[in-house]
Amino acid sequence: MSLSRADRQLAVLLRGCALLAAALVLLILLFLLKESWPVLQHIALIRFVTDASWHPVEGLYKLTPMLSATCYSTLGAVLLATPLGIASALFSRYYAPSLLAGCYRRLIELLAGIPSVVCGFWGLTTLAPLIGHLHPPGVSLLTGILVLTLMILPTVALTADSALAAVPAAYLRGAAALGLSRWGLIIGITLPAARSGITAGVMLAAGRAIGETMAMLMVAGNVVQQPHSLFDSVRTLTANIALEMAYATGDHRAALFVSGLALMFTVLLLVGTAELISRKRRYV
Amino acid sequence: MKKLGIVVALIVLIGAVWGFWRTKPNDAKIEKLVLTGSSTIAPLAAEIGKRFESLHSNVRVDVQTGGSSRGVSDARAGLADIGMASRALKDDEKDLLGFTVALDGISVILNKANPVQSLNKQQIIDIYTGKIINWKEVGGNDAPITVVNKAEGRSTLELFLHYFGLKNTDVKPHVVIGDNQQGIKTVVGNPDAIGYVSVGTAEYGAGQGVAIKLLPLEGIAASVENVRNRSFPLSRPLNLVTRTEPVGIVKDFIEFASSTQINDLIEAQYFVPVAR
Repeated sequence: MSLSRADRQLAVLLRGCALLAAALVLLILLFLLKESWPVLQHIALIRFVTDASWHPVEGLYKLTPMLSATCYSTLGAVLLATPLGIASALFSRYYAPSLLAGCYRRLIELLAGIPSVVCGFWGLTTLAPLIGHLHPPGVSLLTGILVLTLMILPTVALTADSALAAVPAAYLRGAAALGLSRWGLIIGITLPAARSGITAGVMLAAGRAIGETMAMLMVAGNVVQQPHSLFDSVRTLTANIALEMAYATGDHRAALFVSGLALMFTVLLLVGTAELISRKRRYV
Repeated sequence: MKKLGIVVALIVLIGAVWGFWRTKPNDAKIEKLVLTGSSTIAPLAAEIGKRFESLHSNVRVDVQTGGSSRGVSDARAGLADIGMASRALKDDEKDLLGFTVALDGISVILNKANPVQSLNKQQIIDIYTGKIINWKEVGGNDAPITVVNKAEGRSTLELFLHYFGLKNTDVKPHVVIGDNQQGIKTVVGNPDAIGYVSVGTAEYGAGQGVAIKLLPLEGIAASVENVRNRSFPLSRPLNLVTRTEPVGIVKDFIEFASSTQINDLIEAQYFVPVAR
């Protein structure tokens, strides 16, 4: 099939755009490598794991506590937000009267639009003192997880909602013909049918949770340590960059770009895992 | 595909040339003023530089960081027109000229609900190194202390550690904060917290009714006034350093930076203007 002139022009344009988008990711990676090169040159990569602590001014560069803080907080938030988000989507799709469902959806959309600083500020001034009563200092992994949950919940809820909406109406009619209960319909038909959409939404939410900076900077306490309980103060990789970049020079600055690289690879790992999972279950 | 590559390359090339053309200074008489040194002074110097540029259209002010020691050595070697040092000049640096443009002081703060009225130097050291972990050991309530420390690289941290003779690896914090406002919010939200912030910010906050109190040090109240008259111990001068008696735009800049015209910039960075 030969393309018309307009089609060919469009194809060239689209190829250019795609090339640009792909090049951007590579450029960012290159930029991170270039900026972290000064420190990578004279510090063995293993020292980012084996050093005693993160005190870059004194030449100590241990990154792993921050890596695990990022993983724990993301995992916690995803574990909390996924059931809540799916439940919220099921409610608005199958249980709420249509008027209420419409209002409810607008409300969730509004929640999605709340800027992260606002969430962080609320966490710092309201949630942290509350948790501080339970166990000082209040700013902790738990506070971080709760604020993150609040922020990614709408993402999960809205994507799950649209995934459920995309289930073919024929399936629903078939279920009705079989005399399935509403619960039976949800468990047996719509959730499995919408699974890939819901998984994509959860992955999107996890990506947002990993990248969240301002809110975590305000509510997680920022002490670089391996957390032993939910009430321990932690620092995520993103918070580390935001906290120290403004005043960092020389090797310290380069070490912060190494944390950026670590973050990038974590996201890469996440996307890769998601791809593997969705590939295994493509039969749905 | 090949054609596309050529087109893209051409566009990039044209853009680069055009951008270069545009930024190329067309006035050859532009004078450049280079400042290097302390990262504490650099943000202030950059602000002063911007205002200075708006008054002198033929001057470009270039501010680079690298620490007070670099500021001193660059000024001495003539690599920079002006060095920046966030400390007093040492005895072996008396060959240089120092001009104090502002003062920097920090105050230890507690929540207003905390009954502790003062702490001595050793008590603060013990709290920050984790030897004292409960307020009752220093005459307060029976409550665990929440130690609030600053992030690495901040000048406040550097001054605090220097004054108390600590290394950051010795400090056992429960919360690490970035800027002064976050420190105040953290102490306000936690009645058992101890932190430290710029005197200017703390005094302003306390004056606005924020629930913090400023602890005196060595019997001297933490206030902007006591930083200004240099009696408050936890403070330091912010100096501009030159090798020779300044002339030309260097002289103009230092006079401008020492004038009352930039007091608002100094206060915006939570420093204290020099008395005059």
